[in-house]
Amino acid sequence: MDWVYLIEVLVGGLMSGVMYSLVAIGFVLIYKSSGIFNFAQGTMLLFASLTFVKMTENGIDFWTSLFIAAGIMVIFGIATERYVIRPLANQDLLALFMATVGLATFQEGFSQFVWDSDVHGLQMSKFLDIGLLDPAPIFMSDHIPWLDILIPKFDIFASLVAGSLIVVLAFFFQKTKTGLSLRAVSDDHMAAMAVGIPLQTVWAVVWAVTGVIALVAGLLWAERVSVSFTLIEAVMKALPVILIGGLTSIPGAIVGGLVIGVGEKLGEIYLADVFGGQGIELWFAYFMALIFLIFRPQGMFGEKLIERV
Amino acid sequence: MSKSLLKVNNIEVVYNHVILALRGVTLDVEEGKVVSLLGANGSGKTTTLKACSNLLHAERGAITKGSIEYNENDISKTDAYNLVKDGVVQVLEGRHCFSHLTVEENIMTGSFIRENPKEAKQDLERVYDHFERIRIRKKSLAGFTSGGEQQMIAMGRALMSRPKLILLDEPSMGLAPQLVEEIFAIVKNLNKEGVSFLIAEQNAMVALKYADDGYIIENGRVILKGKAKELLERPDVKEMYLGVGAEGKTSFRDIKYYHRRKPSFS
Ligand SMILES: Nc1ncnc2c1ncn2[C@@H]1O[C@H](COP(=O)(O)OP(=O)(O)OP(=O)(O)O)[C@@H](O)[C@H]1O
Ligand SMILES: [Mg+2]
Repeated sequence: MDWVYLIEVLVGGLMSGVMYSLVAIGFVLIYKSSGIFNFAQGTMLLFASLTFVKMTENGIDFWTSLFIAAGIMVIFGIATERYVIRPLANQDLLALFMATVGLATFQEGFSQFVWDSDVHGLQMSKFLDIGLLDPAPIFMSDHIPWLDILIPKFDIFASLVAGSLIVVLAFFFQKTKTGLSLRAVSDDHMAAMAVGIPLQTVWAVVWAVTGVIALVAGLLWAERVSVSFTLIEAVMKALPVILIGGLTSIPGAIVGGLVIGVGEKLGEIYLADVFGGQGIELWFAYFMALIFLIFRPQGMFGEKLIERV
Repeated sequence: MSKSLLKVNNIEVVYNHVILALRGVTLDVEEGKVVSLLGANGSGKTTTLKACSNLLHAERGAITKGSIEYNENDISKTDAYNLVKDGVVQVLEGRHCFSHLTVEENIMTGSFIRENPKEAKQDLERVYDHFERIRIRKKSLAGFTSGGEQQMIAMGRALMSRPKLILLDEPSMGLAPQLVEEIFAIVKNLNKEGVSFLIAEQNAMVALKYADDGYIIENGRVILKGKAKELLERPDVKEMYLGVGAEGKTSFRDIKYYHRRKPSFS
């Protein structure tokens, strides 16, 4: 067995896994706060990165574009809470889900209307090269000397960004007052209201944070799949992640992403012969999710249903 | 006569635009008092409490007539968040603890509306002093605690907002008689510290024993009101709500329960 190669594969898998995790966390946050599956997650990624790309294409510099795009996503999230979620608050979950379907359609159309429907190449690595991180730290070179393995430096950069955002989010939602409020709301809406937790504020924070996550995830993903409607499909990769990790668990989204990332790569390499040929990466995640669903329907970290008699 | 803290003026409540649950309920909680609201299943106790704490809309209910005043201000349009801030907090029927949060996290959520987080630490001690039983369980998940402990968690959580008025919905539900007495004794202690209570109960015996005033509600209407002591003495109340002369029976619902427990009761 070629150990160096295996390590390369594992590291590569973990790095794409982190990116899956990031997208999955967006789903989990919204599901936890209001019990809905946010169909608009993919278009949020597209809209966010398109906004950014358009600004840089018009000569606005990297950081300014980033902050403006983040600002727009925050405003967008707050508006979504105010005008879509809040009016539907006590309605059927199906109504809420359909509202996010509508939101997705709106965003898709709106993106095309305001921007355009061209395919934009967004090489974030370009920004690395023009000195976004200058000088680039030693470990950010394609060749890692002391392990003697080859890893594209953008992948390292992307997984570091995604990883640190995840750490910050995990801390935020585990330890802070807002985080505890979110978990309380997720457990019992009525009780949360009764103790004076402002549901609407929690929702607004969650949508705003999800918008910013969508921006970061969108930019990192765009490197691989270009800023176009294919970006929405990239989000579909997060579905098996939440099936494995559980819709209500942030740690689950993290671990689920890593499991899928690594599993996919290992499958591609070691199972290609068994299943005949290439392309395992396309469906292997779903296959893993299916196995999980059979044996552990609530997901790896899905909330244990606490029931007492 | 002391100052009125909460005044419910002839309110009518409708669920889903059609189900008339309250048909004119009027009641009064004076400052510093414990008031019990008694009635059978479905008589409208919970609805009355939720009208006061403005939680009705979450169940598609609405006040269609009448008004509710707290400290002489109309609060029928004030949202739950601001009500808690102003000192009115409800402890829901069935406790509704956050089952995946620890006991201490549960209690802390009650302090989130407060501006000064430093005070929360002292208040946490106050809660544990009142509810010694849950102090030792503070690290456990609330979902794994007993019914009595959950009642204490829910009450402790409400206490963290430093309320002036607690709307307490069926604290005795499903608890052994001893534990019910323990809970009501704590209510009395909190009352001595200046917290007023409006308690919805089916367990009329205990509820009247610890209350100053009582209201009896039937089919969405108040049919009887008075001093708790006087209500306890009335023959019709004794017959209807305290069980026909038989000592120890406290409400219809509990009759079976007490039968089972009789040996330890005599
Ligand atoms: N969410 C709801 N939707 C429709 N009707 C409701 C709802 N909640 C209560 N009701 C109706 O309103 C009436 C009063 O119910 P409420 O829950 O206030 O009674 P209660 O006195 O608290 O009863 P219990 O002792 O069983 O808790 C009942 O007839 C009930 O069926
Ligand atoms: Mg009730």
